Amino acid sequence: MCGLTGFLHKKRKEISGDLIATSITNMRERGNGLGGGFAAYGIYPEYSDFYALHIMYEDNLSKAETETILKENLYIAYQEIIPQRQTPFISTPPILKRYFVKPKSALSPDDEIVKEVMNINLHVKGAFVFSSGKNMGVFKGVGFAEDLANFFRIDEYKGYIWIAHTRFPTNTPGWWGGAHPFALLDWAIVHNGEISSYGINKRYLEMFGYHCCLLTDTEVVAYLLDLLIRRHRLPIEIACKVLAPPFWDEIERMSEDEKKLYKSLRIVYGSALLNGPFAILFSFKDGLVGLNDRIKLRPLVCAETKDMAFMASEECAIRAICDKDAKIYVPRAGEPVIVRLEGGTD
Amino acid sequence: MVQIDAKNLDYQHLNSLIRTKIAKGENYFILKHVNGQRYIGAGIEKNIKIEIYGTPGQDLGTFMQGPEIIVHGNAQDGVGNTMDNGKIVIHGLAGDIAGYAMRGGKIHILADVGYRTGIHMKGFNKKNPVIIIGGCAGGFLGEYMAGGIIIVLGFNKEKPNVGMCLGTGMHGGVIYIRGKVDPSCLGEGAILKKTTKRDYKILENLLKEYCKDFSINLKKVFDSPFQKIVPASSRPYGELYIA
Repeated sequence: MCGLTGFLHKKRKEISGDLIATSITNMRERGNGLGGGFAAYGIYPEYSDFYALHIMYEDNLSKAETETILKENLYIAYQEIIPQRQTPFISTPPILKRYFVKPKSALSPDDEIVKEVMNINLHVKGAFVFSSGKNMGVFKGVGFAEDLANFFRIDEYKGYIWIAHTRFPTNTPGWWGGAHPFALLDWAIVHNGEISSYGINKRYLEMFGYHCCLLTDTEVVAYLLDLLIRRHRLPIEIACKVLAPPFWDEIERMSEDEKKLYKSLRIVYGSALLNGPFAILFSFKDGLVGLNDRIKLRPLVCAETKDMAFMASEECAIRAICDKDAKIYVPRAGEPVIVRLEGGTD
Repeated sequence: MVQIDAKNLDYQHLNSLIRTKIAKGENYFILKHVNGQRYIGAGIEKNIKIEIYGTPGQDLGTFMQGPEIIVHGNAQDGVGNTMDNGKIVIHGLAGDIAGYAMRGGKIHILADVGYRTGIHMKGFNKKNPVIIIGGCAGGFLGEYMAGGIIIVLGFNKEKPNVGMCLGTGMHGGVIYIRGKVDPSCLGEGAILKKTTKRDYKILENLLKEYCKDFSINLKKVFDSPFQKIVPASSRPYGELYIA
């Protein structure tokens, strides 16, 4: 049992992190203090052309080794320790640094960044890149979400899309790298459930150069989104149908055109299917998406106002931060809820 | 009557406050600004009344034996989980697994419900729990149902009145659905049967009370015929480990 919440302002009004912290705190019982985190979009306008690498280091050795690699392959415009506030509730954090970078090779900057992230996470012992998008950032760790919000000074950031997670790990360790969101480039994802297809998904992703190093099933979803939507250019609606496809008997009852489409998707992307119970929220530079598994084994509630969209595990997390008259609705199993910014580039 | 402002009150404080007052003889509570507090009314064995304004949290009225809970708003997941007696009236929607393993009492919901409503619901002798849903139900309605009655009215529908795997694995009880049921929704072990005069008598009796709770015209409810879903067998998995 984990808790998810997220919102988006369709007109890109920048909203303080206080709001997302209030929302996630309202579901305190869904977490157990072994993980929490946030992702925000629009927080680094002064470096919006640079990839913001957030990296956690277990020691100075891994930091030195990583910084040598970074200097070799990337231009670093600015770097600093990620600002923190002292709190008794967060103990022994790793070294947390951020770097605003551009790849030296100009061929495909996104691919270069993915390569760097995978290289560091796979080969540098004790170093983990946990955020690598432009004008966005992930802040996560071990603790209750409200304490991590305080620790990372979330109230000082302003963003137009926010997602948050409170963790109750059941199958994998509660460590700093295993907290949600998981992110790659501007994809960030929070998840409640278990991905029983992790092994299949992981091996499938390895064929495309993605390596899972963070000891938690959710990591595969971040890389699948990058593969399906950025690299294979699938529309988001279709990518969601790859992750949570219709059952074969449903496909049999479809029109001929749909049958052809969904059969092809299941055949081509069978190894990208997510099995097991899940509710996920994922965000990217232009929008926010909510998705449930195909038989809805985890809760997800949505609401929309004129300018904003909200999605959460429980209605109370939305009610805590949203006008009274917002219309609450509940998506069906496998039915993605996709909300885009107005005038987005997607 | 006691009024409690639940704003920023955590669930433990709220519930212990209610219990302390019940022990002192209080029997009527009005809770204002409820938002997500869990277990309201849990395990209470007295015929008290609780009116809730806001959105109560998970497991509302779980294990309760007797109270009447009225929610002026939506409810979340696990409404009436294993409740034994009493009544829950929700003037809004309810999340997943409403009436989970319910064994007595009534749940009346004005709008839609999520998935797995009435899962593992059971009945015995005079214990015959009832769930009535004014809107539509998600998939797996009445999954593994062993007793009791579920009624779906399908008002204000934007989607089909029931979802996939309806009554999967049911081996007791009955589900009535107003309007058409797509046979492909039927789960394994559940079959459609003709509604008889006796069924309509049962429905009228139960729906009278429901319509009174929400000020709905009873005639409007019977403007379309009801379909009946019953188990194909009382022991659907009897041969599972034998054959």
